[in-house]
Amino acid sequence: MTDAGLHGIVAEFETPDGLVIACRKAYDAGYRLMDAYSPFPLEAAADAIGFKKTQVPLLTLIGGILGGLSGFLLQYWIHVYAFPLNIGGRPLNSWPSFIVITFEMTILFAGITAVVGMLTLNGLPQPYHPIFNHPRFSAASRDRFFLCIEADDPLFEPAETRRFLEATDAVDVAEVAD
Amino acid sequence: MERVPDTNASVTTQERLLPGQAPVLLPGHTLETVTDKIVSIVLRRPVTLGWLGGFVFFFGLLNVLMLAAAYLFFRGVGIWGINIPVGWGFAIVNFVWWIGIGHAGTLISAILLLLKQGWRNSINRFAEAMTLFAVSCAGMFPLLHMGRPWLAYWVFPYPNTMGVWPQFRSPLLWDVFAVSTYATISALFWFIGLIPDLATFRDTATNPVAKTIYGLLAMGWRGSARHWKRYESAYLLLAGLATPLVLSVHTVVSFDFAISILPGWHTTVFPPYFVAGAIYSGFAMVLVLAIPIRHFYGVEDMITLRHLDNSAKIMLGTGLIVAYGYTMEAFYAYYSGNFYERFMFMNRAFGPMGWAYWCLIAFNILIPQLLWIRKVRVSPPMLFATSLVVLLGMWLERFVIIVVGLHRDFLPSSWGSYVATRWDYAVYAGTLGLFFTAMFLFVRLMPMITIFEMRTLLPEAKLSEEVAAHD
Repeated sequence: MTDAGLHGIVAEFETPDGLVIACRKAYDAGYRLMDAYSPFPLEAAADAIGFKKTQVPLLTLIGGILGGLSGFLLQYWIHVYAFPLNIGGRPLNSWPSFIVITFEMTILFAGITAVVGMLTLNGLPQPYHPIFNHPRFSAASRDRFFLCIEADDPLFEPAETRRFLEATDAVDVAEVAD
Repeated sequence: MERVPDTNASVTTQERLLPGQAPVLLPGHTLETVTDKIVSIVLRRPVTLGWLGGFVFFFGLLNVLMLAAAYLFFRGVGIWGINIPVGWGFAIVNFVWWIGIGHAGTLISAILLLLKQGWRNSINRFAEAMTLFAVSCAGMFPLLHMGRPWLAYWVFPYPNTMGVWPQFRSPLLWDVFAVSTYATISALFWFIGLIPDLATFRDTATNPVAKTIYGLLAMGWRGSARHWKRYESAYLLLAGLATPLVLSVHTVVSFDFAISILPGWHTTVFPPYFVAGAIYSGFAMVLVLAIPIRHFYGVEDMITLRHLDNSAKIMLGTGLIVAYGYTMEAFYAYYSGNFYERFMFMNRAFGPMGWAYWCLIAFNILIPQLLWIRKVRVSPPMLFATSLVVLLGMWLERFVIIVVGLHRDFLPSSWGSYVATRWDYAVYAGTLGLFFTAMFLFVRLMPMITIFEMRTLLPEAKLSEEVAAHD
């Protein structure tokens, strides 16, 4: 297999401990283009490979603010400009009556932004990813943990990287085609 | 290092249990067995006669709904028992009942997540599904009740050639926004929770058709650490958003009544007591579903007596809030000194439909006091029976508020009565058909217990002290 056709070298672990320790070692060794795979959320692994902060909360906040504003302005514009109606002598901008829908729109926009933002940042839906070329990768959604150091990493050197991963707690180290 | 949702191990394993208390997950499970057990219910278990029988029965009821709705569209709402003065009748009773049932799902999935209640992990998935299906049933009723349901889109603000816009000062329009937002957020929450489990299904399925369908739904999820981090962040945010949302939805439903000036409806106790009632009936429905599911699918080790016990305690607590609401209604009638309020209460308790009021007191307040007894809380059959009684009681509560509240107002000359017709019953039974058909399909097609969250309950999923203590 040539370097060009290589996605990376993948180490398989049996425990979350093994994965997290290997991630930290790899990060300390200077590797940056890598990813850890686990069957359940393992925040320590994300921290260990240097991914400490997500943009999802900020996006959600922006979505919520936009939702609230559009909810209120929609009602304001309709009742003050587009279709003014005198209901029981209330002012046209009877804002207390607009609170409920402003609130609901805030939640709606924030919620949709959180979900769509998360999926977009994650690049999902993604029909193809080379990691699935690993013959035993289906265990990543079951009971095994994987660390992939990708071939695009500047420090990546097939033989060297393989030796590095073999020195961890990995039960198996394999090359994965692109 | 902060681990976000409910992964605090100690509460979920044996260590901190009180004497005689059941654990959340019975010992002996590993990452493998948890996965296999839940996956095999869908992918390996053959269709059983019991499932088929239940499905056919409820699918039959669903067809009753189709017939009743078709006849309704053909003849109009006159086929129902509604008329002036009781214009709302069964349709709105059922609407409030169904939407209330949905609330327990969101309470379990969002509020208990924020409160780090690890035990919720095994019941949240089907409780969320229950929410989704209950909201679908609820949504039917305002639509059908409109009389001309094909014009239902008029409730939404869109530029139109008639030059008119909806009236945003009306609680009925607030309801449209609250319920549609609730349905959307519940669906998102449910689907987001499913993605990692669908990936497990994709990786485990051997049938190529199943593999393709689950694969498409999983959208290429691969369990990357970066993805998990954003995922957990979004999931937690969604829970934080769903929490005030679920409390607002039944509050807004109660505004449909409380904003009016009708005696018996125009009270400030309505929002909190509606929300408590919603969660009360919702947990009753969770138990009505959980008890047979754990029995027939052999998941007693995952949905343990602890879950039943905890759910029963929540029912007991919310039931007492509901009892407080009933007491306050009676107290207002007395203390307001308002003639019409007093008459409303006397008519409710001793009028022609007084039986409904006393049944409601018995079903919602007296009988559920059995839940103080631990033996009842950990006995599936007793709990199942109590839950059915509560569901019936909560239905009667809405019947008493709506029908009894409307049939005699200020002027005796405008009094009337209300008798439900066979079509009223047909539509109600039909939505039960819709709900249970959907539930039957759900348990066979989707992971009814959240696999990846169950994994986090296992001791082997925890990082050891020295690894977790790093930096």
